[in-house]
Amino acid sequence: MNKTAVHEPLVRVIKRDTISLKKKLLIRACAIIFALIIDAVFIYFVTGLNPLGVYQAMIRGTFSTKMRFSWAMRDLASLLLIGIALAPAFRMHFWNIGAEGQVLMGALATAAVMIYYGGRVPSWMLYSAMLAASIFAGALWGFIPAWFKAHFNTNETLFTLMMNYVAIQLVSCSVTIWRGQASSLGKLNVKTKAGWFPSIWGQRYTINLIVVAILTVAMYCYLRYSKHGYEISVVGESENTARYAGINVKHVIIRTMILSGALAGLTGFLIVGGRDQAISTGTAGGNGFTAIIVAWLAKFNTFIMALISFLLIFLEKGAAEIASTYNLNDFASDIIAGIILFCILGSEFFIHYQAVFRGHADKEVC
Amino acid sequence: MDTLIAWIMRAIPFGTIIMYGALGEIITEKSGNLNLGVPGIMYLGGFAGFASAYAYENASADPNMALCVVIALLCAFAASMLGGLLYSFLTITLRANQNVTGLTLTTFGMGVANFFGVFILNGRTATQSMVYKAFQTKAPFLSNMGVLGQTLFGYGFMAYAAIALGIALHFFLNRTRAGLNLRAIGENPATADAAGISVIRYKYLATCLGAGVSGLGGLYYVLDYNQGIWATTGQIEALGWLAVALVIFTVWKPLNAIWGSYLFGMLYWLYQFLPSLLHISVPGYITELIQMVPYIVTIVVLVFSSLHHKSENQPPASLGVAYFREER
Repeated sequence: MNKTAVHEPLVRVIKRDTISLKKKLLIRACAIIFALIIDAVFIYFVTGLNPLGVYQAMIRGTFSTKMRFSWAMRDLASLLLIGIALAPAFRMHFWNIGAEGQVLMGALATAAVMIYYGGRVPSWMLYSAMLAASIFAGALWGFIPAWFKAHFNTNETLFTLMMNYVAIQLVSCSVTIWRGQASSLGKLNVKTKAGWFPSIWGQRYTINLIVVAILTVAMYCYLRYSKHGYEISVVGESENTARYAGINVKHVIIRTMILSGALAGLTGFLIVGGRDQAISTGTAGGNGFTAIIVAWLAKFNTFIMALISFLLIFLEKGAAEIASTYNLNDFASDIIAGIILFCILGSEFFIHYQAVFRGHADKEVC
Repeated sequence: MDTLIAWIMRAIPFGTIIMYGALGEIITEKSGNLNLGVPGIMYLGGFAGFASAYAYENASADPNMALCVVIALLCAFAASMLGGLLYSFLTITLRANQNVTGLTLTTFGMGVANFFGVFILNGRTATQSMVYKAFQTKAPFLSNMGVLGQTLFGYGFMAYAAIALGIALHFFLNRTRAGLNLRAIGENPATADAAGISVIRYKYLATCLGAGVSGLGGLYYVLDYNQGIWATTGQIEALGWLAVALVIFTVWKPLNAIWGSYLFGMLYWLYQFLPSLLHISVPGYITELIQMVPYIVTIVVLVFSSLHHKSENQPPASLGVAYFREER
């Protein structure tokens, strides 16, 4: 009497054991092509423009002149650096949403040193002080949520998110003090140029590019080959396993977040010293949030991070170019990038899982 | 006294915006989905509501304001639900990471609203929809009854709808079977699944409806708080994050959201009214520091709720984790 009818669903989802690199790349490529098709449909229906022409204009945004390419590299450097800063935290499954604030704190500390000590101390001392201050400020902004997470298991996603706004208000408070009666702060130390990075090959941000290149390799090695990197991934996979293996989990969490915050702070230093020579609440420019997507999609591989950062910067520049060519607005880039990111995020599913249709189950010998 | 009244009358509409955002997010988070796309969803809601009302006003020779309000509400709700549906599909069916999907949705929603908003603006810096007058219609007699009537009844209907929604949500989550099922899913989806609750369906419904409610916050911002003026603005984003903060502050309880949102409103406008209330003048930089207070308060609440391991004050246990039945 108690016979249970087994109704097999049309589609079942099972987890993949392994997936070849080729298949993985194929899935990713399909996702991006799919996204570009959706974007093309969107562009055509909304604006009536030829999507191919629009995509061509997009490519011009980054590649048409040497200068544009150089600017794209400059912005890529900031984004990638924040991604690198986030990588160890995410590897540990610590959701550091607070990079925006950590960068701002680094930038604020740098600007403060430039304003109060610029021209008063030898330049080597000024640069070291700027560097030290930015790293300290960023690390502090990483340390606070980490300490609470380690000791009381306070939700780090929400904590770091709130810390962003505290940092933003601190910056706008300081800017208000420094600008005095002027309507805006403008560039710092315009006359003395104290604290500005020296120009190398015509650009001040060349130093940023060099630092990013070094850190990309260094972070890759740190996560992959060092003892610290190993501890981070064990804590990320399972805190209990880590504890059993004799890893001091609290210590690792705090240490990793100090590192993450410090690198974000360093980014603030590079942005203020090498790129903007100015500070405002927009110094990080939302890159702290975008970098989260970069770091997550790249699965903590810093070289893939460089590729994804490039893709995003390319889109941003391309959209600006479209905007000026076709009299559209910049927000098109948010939509186009959003669609591409949604598709890439969705494609993760096909990398981790596979769908089995009814009647084909016997083929699956796991 | 006048300052205090003015302060309250500023704080309540402000609080209403984030109350909608937070109530929606509470529904969503109770199902275990941490949707960081609230700012984007509020953009979608605000824009869809404005655009539909504006289109109706221009298309019809003699626009019926009541109908216009209904159209705006429905469109805002539907557009926000679409945002929620996108998020649900990616995180529930495709099990994408919730934080990253939410952040992308924030960028996307902001992009959609501002991109299409520019077409409506058509070269102007701001466009106004007259429907705001309908949204701001106050109760006829009550709002004229002196100071008390003014402070209690001097707002548009959506401010009271938000309170009613908060109370209804409280009863739904604590007194109905569906509400208890939803909470069970947020705490432990595997157990809920074993008990025969359809986890996927609840998660989809909660996330989409939650997004719809959050989107009403955007609508209220544009059509009531901002007097029906649409301009390319970044302010909704900050309000959206404040709504996420408010959810933490309320420790995931809708009733707390009612007074919590007004408190946030008071704190937000603290910088403008406190100096005149105390008859002191504060320099500009202090006001920037005072604006930090809502976030600091949220952090303090977050820390305290994790310090005291009171089980009823914790975030839903499975918050942020995708559910896959075959995973142990």
